[in-house]
Amino acid sequence: MKAPVSWIREYVDLPAEVSTEALTDRLTALGLKLEGIVAAGAEIQGPLVVGRVLTKEPEPQKNGKVINWCTVDVGAANGTGEPQGIVCGAHNFEPGDLVVVVLPGGVLPGGFEISARKTYGHVSAGMICSAPELGLTGDGAGIIVLPPDAGRPGDDAFDLLGLGEEVVEFEINPDRAYALSLRGIAREAALGFDVPFRDPADRPLPDVDGKAWEVNVDDPVGCPVFAARLVSGFDPTRPTPEFMKHRVEQAGMRSISLAVDITNYVMLELGQPIHGYDADRVAGALGVRRAHDGERLATLDDTVRELSTEDLVITDDSGPIGLAGVMGGATTEMSATTTRILIEAAHWDAVSMFRTGKRHRLISEAGKRNERGVDPLLPGVAADRVVELLVQHGGAIAEPGFTLVGSAPERPTITIATELPARLSGIAISAMTTVEQLRAIGASVTEHEQGSIDVVPPTWRPDINAPYDLVEEVVRIVGYDQVPSVLPRRATGRGLTRTQRLRRRIGRVLSGAGCVEVISFPFVGEATFDRLGLPADDPLRKTIGLANPLSTEEPAYTTTLLPGLLEAAGRNVGRGAPGVALFETGTVAFPSDNGPAPIYGVHTRPSDAELEKLVEALPVQPQHLGVVLAGERTRAGWWGPGTTAGWSDALAVVRRLADDLGVTVDVAAAARMPWHPGRCAVITIEDVEIGHAGELHPNVCKAFGLPARSAAAEIDLDALMAAAVDVPPGPVFSTMPVAKEDVALVVDAGVPVTAVEAALREGAGDLLESVRLFDVYTGEQIGSGKKSLAFALRFRALDRTLTEAEAGAARDAAVAVAAERVGAVQR
Amino acid sequence: MSGPNTDYDPVEVAAVSPAEVEAARDAALAAIAAAADLEQLKAVRTQHAGDRSPLALANREIGALPPQARKEAGQRVGQARGAVSQALAKRQAELEAEHEARILVEESVDVTLPTDRDPVGARHPLTTGAELIADIFVAMGWEVAEGPVIEAEWLNFDALNLGPDHPARTMQDTFWTEPADNHIVLRTHTSPVQARTMLTRTPPIYVVCPGRVFRTDEYDATHSPMFHQVEGLAIDEGISMAHLKGTLDHFATSMFGEGITTRFRPSFFPFTEPSAEVDLICFVCRGSGLDDDRSGACRTCRGEGWIEWGGCGIVNPRVLQACGVDSSRYSGFAFGMGIDRTLMFRHGLEDLRALFEGDVRFTTAFGSEL
Repeated sequence: MKAPVSWIREYVDLPAEVSTEALTDRLTALGLKLEGIVAAGAEIQGPLVVGRVLTKEPEPQKNGKVINWCTVDVGAANGTGEPQGIVCGAHNFEPGDLVVVVLPGGVLPGGFEISARKTYGHVSAGMICSAPELGLTGDGAGIIVLPPDAGRPGDDAFDLLGLGEEVVEFEINPDRAYALSLRGIAREAALGFDVPFRDPADRPLPDVDGKAWEVNVDDPVGCPVFAARLVSGFDPTRPTPEFMKHRVEQAGMRSISLAVDITNYVMLELGQPIHGYDADRVAGALGVRRAHDGERLATLDDTVRELSTEDLVITDDSGPIGLAGVMGGATTEMSATTTRILIEAAHWDAVSMFRTGKRHRLISEAGKRNERGVDPLLPGVAADRVVELLVQHGGAIAEPGFTLVGSAPERPTITIATELPARLSGIAISAMTTVEQLRAIGASVTEHEQGSIDVVPPTWRPDINAPYDLVEEVVRIVGYDQVPSVLPRRATGRGLTRTQRLRRRIGRVLSGAGCVEVISFPFVGEATFDRLGLPADDPLRKTIGLANPLSTEEPAYTTTLLPGLLEAAGRNVGRGAPGVALFETGTVAFPSDNGPAPIYGVHTRPSDAELEKLVEALPVQPQHLGVVLAGERTRAGWWGPGTTAGWSDALAVVRRLADDLGVTVDVAAAARMPWHPGRCAVITIEDVEIGHAGELHPNVCKAFGLPARSAAAEIDLDALMAAAVDVPPGPVFSTMPVAKEDVALVVDAGVPVTAVEAALREGAGDLLESVRLFDVYTGEQIGSGKKSLAFALRFRALDRTLTEAEAGAARDAAVAVAAERVGAVQR
Repeated sequence: MSGPNTDYDPVEVAAVSPAEVEAARDAALAAIAAAADLEQLKAVRTQHAGDRSPLALANREIGALPPQARKEAGQRVGQARGAVSQALAKRQAELEAEHEARILVEESVDVTLPTDRDPVGARHPLTTGAELIADIFVAMGWEVAEGPVIEAEWLNFDALNLGPDHPARTMQDTFWTEPADNHIVLRTHTSPVQARTMLTRTPPIYVVCPGRVFRTDEYDATHSPMFHQVEGLAIDEGISMAHLKGTLDHFATSMFGEGITTRFRPSFFPFTEPSAEVDLICFVCRGSGLDDDRSGACRTCRGEGWIEWGGCGIVNPRVLQACGVDSSRYSGFAFGMGIDRTLMFRHGLEDLRALFEGDVRFTTAFGSEL
């Protein structure tokens, strides 16, 4: 809401020494947050004067443009009294018109200095100004043409145009609709400085006789109050007075015509939206009802709208002529020939207004106020004020008769303990202060003896309905800055949960493994899965769709973290990174197909069974871990060559994490997109699959712009965390000398190393401390289809030095089991 | 040559004469001193202390002397040999030390060579930032509560006093899952976690809820369809705005340093009443609104002296009611702020998108501080 300061001051006796900054600081502290203070044209330096156009000679130019060579009477302002010769490119004026002239020596906004200069074959001594050139709102289609009675040539135009006037913009919260008016802002200013407030709505009204126009309200819930007045003899050619035009424009609205400007001016002044009809185009009585199915209405914005049976409409004998409270209809619109004006000011049900505005995607100044709630006592007042202004400025005659249907809904009586504001704010607020401040906001307060009060909130505060609402009112006036700072002392938490601790640990392990964490958007589409090469029936393609995605390409919540990771990796590579290792932990989601989530009431807690149903309806949302490694893994340098990421690096990361968490994971060959079919491992914990790791399929590398052999892993982090060892047992190890035995075993090429290793462990028995594969050989010496695996076995006993014979026997036993289990032959 | 030379004429033996012995000793000592390295010293040792050295030969002659002359000659030769042997040992030690020192010198390297062999990992500043915040609250005895990102409409809106026609329901443009009448949304704030906590626990409740939230904002330098919030909730007997202020001041000071506290401005949120906006004293200009050389406006707060940080208030009794908390016995406060935004002004980030692009240069720049 934009409000000129001078307009605010009209209704409140603010001391002159209260600066605009002091005013806005106080209003911000009360809850009307300052957005900004502007003073349009404040930087203009004179001379800026009124001029009368004497002559206007159109002169076509070679470039096709037509300029006007004008002489303009600027009175004595130019020091000579002679007409001023000025070249003007605009055409929206005639000789005799009053215009705004900046004379040589003047400076316009942006430091634009005006001097007499030669142009189009003339010496142009000044400039005839348009609104934007002076920093004013309004269209720049032509120059400013002043009303004939605006002033005399040579008069200073600065004040006339309201230039340099401070306009304050406030952010108005949805609960303070009353502040979408000068009346409301001034009331807050009066409250803030404890000075008298002159209510512009406080005016005598004629008696209601129902004779202004016949009005039938069929839906008093949707329209509790409807006021109508009529004027005739209005002169549609009259311009809007300058002061009104400025104020309407300063408030951010467009000046359209006198009649429309007056309805907008009164809306700004009081907060009550008003609609004016061309009375000659209204057929018969006005009605208010909900729209019928299939009804349509052409609104003022030249849009034909299908109406819903929930929309409130205004009707005449022809059917709907307006979308009530939101926007008028085209058929009864005021025009340049309108002389009889039917004025409507009504109070509408805020929820209906909100729904209609939302349904028709219509945001209007009227709708904005009506959907937040307007003072229901205003309709008659606002209509009367419009009549007054139409008479005063439009030469209209007020027709007798005042129609006012319905009455303002009752305000609730709220009973609160007088100490409630003190208790909830922590400020020492006396009962007396509470009562005083509630009265100051316009509530009526009845005091009881037991320290409680009955409060009826003012009609313009539909947001106040419950005790805590009253607390906010008292506390904001006393001042939020008075709230003391006290720490609560009863928190007795037990630290992070197991899962929270594990997640931190996982992050540390992965970053310690040289991986960088990323956070990606979880939105995917079919094309995403195509890039991953997932088959058409892959379960990952069964996603939770979004009804209103930002992009139609990515209309679903993801089932895998890999797309985001691969894209991020591709981005890094594209930006010149020689290698990249990324990880992400995040939520993926799978449909539960457990039907809709119920909507419960809010007056009591849902039962445990109801809550369970709510939770069950939600998708399954496990935490996943994704890892991608591309390009250089360790760097080459003066120390020698580096290494390039490959399938084993992805597995290494997963194993390192599992080891840290004390979880034994098993690995077996698998074929699954997006991985290379021969270089993909399925990872299991006690035979339950938790994910995959390995080299990415070459097509996937290509699709994401990654170097060949890039590797990735994705695992179910919830499953891994569930298996994590919470309290690792203290290790037991021997300090006796170690006995080392190396063995080389030849097995079929298809035998997995883990199987050989398991056999060795089994055979070696308790003396075995560790077994580690240190070389793999394939070649002619051992024949095709075979491989030679070299293992280092380390034996050690807890209590003694092993003899050569003992170690040798254990080694032989290990080899024997390997021979039996996997056909290993010692070389 | 091992036995005495019996037919030798001792009178003729000049080798043991004092002059000869002295000369041999001096020659040996001079050669030892002149040995420049271990190699040379080895040769000197053979020449002057070896079996065929003059002094060794002289020593051998002693036995051939008449008994009365032996003692004197023995002493003379023995002293000379001892002196040579000592000098050899000393020089040997000196040369060995020199040799070792020279090897160390020869092994010196250019210590300015790069050492960036291993890949550097990092956690995301949003993760560590959320942990930093959580730790501040955990240190106060609060707990960290979490909930799902895909959430029931009732928990995201209704339970929080955001009814179907509440203006805030459109203010927070919501991602709805299909079909839309499934009443399941991507949560628009972490407040449903507060609702879940109240629904499943009994007061006193002190929880902080960090997490990922979604709104249908177009992606640009300051907006993102996905961002991160941290919200806090305290429900207890006698909770007031003073406790809210105390908690947020403590939070601000812990995160931004001594003297950095908050102020409240009246505001509106459906789930709180009274409601307030929380501003933070600008931790860069410390409230002055001026930049470093005090000539222009502070860039962090744009000259305001304050930074808008989040929203807060006393929990609306309607929320307590929907979540099964006895509002006649308990009151509570709640607050919420954006983690992304907090990091942006804490670190002077210009573009929100850097948080979600995954460029490792961005993430590693934070080290593990944050």
